[in-house]
Amino acid sequence: MTTASTSFIDRRTVIDWLGIVPFMVFALAFLIVPTLYLIVGAFFNPAGEFTFQNIADLFSPSILGAYWISIRVSVASALGGALIGFFLAWAVVLGGVPSWIRSSLLTFSGVASNFAGVPLAFAFLATLGRTGLVTVFMRDWFGFNLYSTGFNLLSFFGLTITYMFFQIPLMVLILTPALDGLKKEWREASEILGASTWQYWRMVVLPILWPSLMGATLLLFANAFGAIATAYALTGSSLNIVPILLYAQIRGDVLHNPNLGYALALGMIVITGISNILYIWLRTRAERWQK
Amino acid sequence: MKAHKIFAWLAIAIGAIYFFIPLIGTFEFSLRMRRGAYSFDAYQSVFTDAQFRATFGFSMLMALVTIVVGMLLIVPTAYWVRLRLPQMRPVVEFITLLPLVIPAIVIVFGYLRLYNSSSWIPFTGSTQGTNVLLTFSYVTLALPYMYRSVDTAMRTIDVRTLTEAAEILGAKWPTIMFRCIFPNVMSGVLSGAFITFAIVMGEFTMAALLNRPAFGPYLQLVGANKAYEPSALAVIAFAITWLSMGLIQLVSRFGKLSPSRP
Repeated sequence: MTTASTSFIDRRTVIDWLGIVPFMVFALAFLIVPTLYLIVGAFFNPAGEFTFQNIADLFSPSILGAYWISIRVSVASALGGALIGFFLAWAVVLGGVPSWIRSSLLTFSGVASNFAGVPLAFAFLATLGRTGLVTVFMRDWFGFNLYSTGFNLLSFFGLTITYMFFQIPLMVLILTPALDGLKKEWREASEILGASTWQYWRMVVLPILWPSLMGATLLLFANAFGAIATAYALTGSSLNIVPILLYAQIRGDVLHNPNLGYALALGMIVITGISNILYIWLRTRAERWQK
Repeated sequence: MKAHKIFAWLAIAIGAIYFFIPLIGTFEFSLRMRRGAYSFDAYQSVFTDAQFRATFGFSMLMALVTIVVGMLLIVPTAYWVRLRLPQMRPVVEFITLLPLVIPAIVIVFGYLRLYNSSSWIPFTGSTQGTNVLLTFSYVTLALPYMYRSVDTAMRTIDVRTLTEAAEILGAKWPTIMFRCIFPNVMSGVLSGAFITFAIVMGEFTMAALLNRPAFGPYLQLVGANKAYEPSALAVIAFAITWLSMGLIQLVSRFGKLSPSRP
């Protein structure tokens, strides 16, 4: 009797675990193992011997330069997106604008944060390219040649403002609920205690909001860091950011060492991984105030 | 008017300028093909391009297959985790978020090394195999969105009671799954499906590196070779994204209205 019941429990446990086998197999085969393969490969040379040489080779000037410009574009577009996104979210939550503006901004943000990739590059080429709407408008109406100022859409600055088109809406979507979580009572309490608006923001709002703000900025950073399609369609391979370098490496082994390509991928995972881990940690801190 | 209200309107104005000018610019540019007059020539040129129709159709088909495969994988998993393996929830949730952490280009790089024609699972050895691999890569990309929307929909129904009721009435598991669980999480399934559709239609990296004739690589090719058609295509792509998001809103509104929701 006892043996029968234990085997029944065992069988049930086995069935329980069998239920997520398809998902686990899929995740292993198409997500985890391919990534681990690259990570492990980064520590071996083509002859199959263990080495740190690939990691060391990442610190050559050309690869370091690619990481540097990638990080700069991602940081700049994340900060710009965070700043403008914060003010937009603030305006619709606390700024007292009509509610239809809030709902249209949120709907639009849902669309624009998903409008990335190749078409986004086309949109900015048609706007700020050499014959784009804004460029032509400024030239014809103000006699101002945008491109004579050294501006170029196919550059660090151009890529940054293009990325901000999906970074700002993402920030709006993340921050609106956080700002909604600011309770009216807190403001009233601080006013009763004699705090100025500035003191209320510095001593109440910022300490509560900074995990959301920092976390969302990190998410924006990782979002820009892994993006390739927009940059590739915008600049071809003229702007040497990491995803484009990796793309060229996959296409034709431009680094002349497949294992160095693995190390390049590992570097990307490490950077996006760290920023996501920090984001998750900050989000759990932020959620304490949103209950 | 109070100072903070002026600032609020200023922020809205800056946002509106930032968002609308590129869209207006794109639309205006797409009308410029005929010299001296606005016309829809660029759109005509796009729609009559056989390659446009072929790649658009291919990506549509890929999106549909991705949605079906993805949902058949995710709905039962989310259901099972809620019902029987709640202790695995954090693990499954973590895995579904990984595609947001690992850049797509890294994932496809791994595929090309692991599943090339000389490996022991040669997906990329044949066209059909590559299509299968591309579908799986899209399912991977859509995993965070699909899982989240399905799991959110499942939170609002009592999975355990539904299952027990169905079991008492003598239902076997396919009946429970397809006639009980799926219809009840339909709003989540549909939102996940529409966002997946938007992602797959514009996806570039996977399709380009797996060498499949999808819409994303076609867009890139047109962008490199033509002047006005890219803007017309950007307008079309924006319309697709807008449509998908609009349908999600519609579905979630109907989901709230449906009487089966408590």
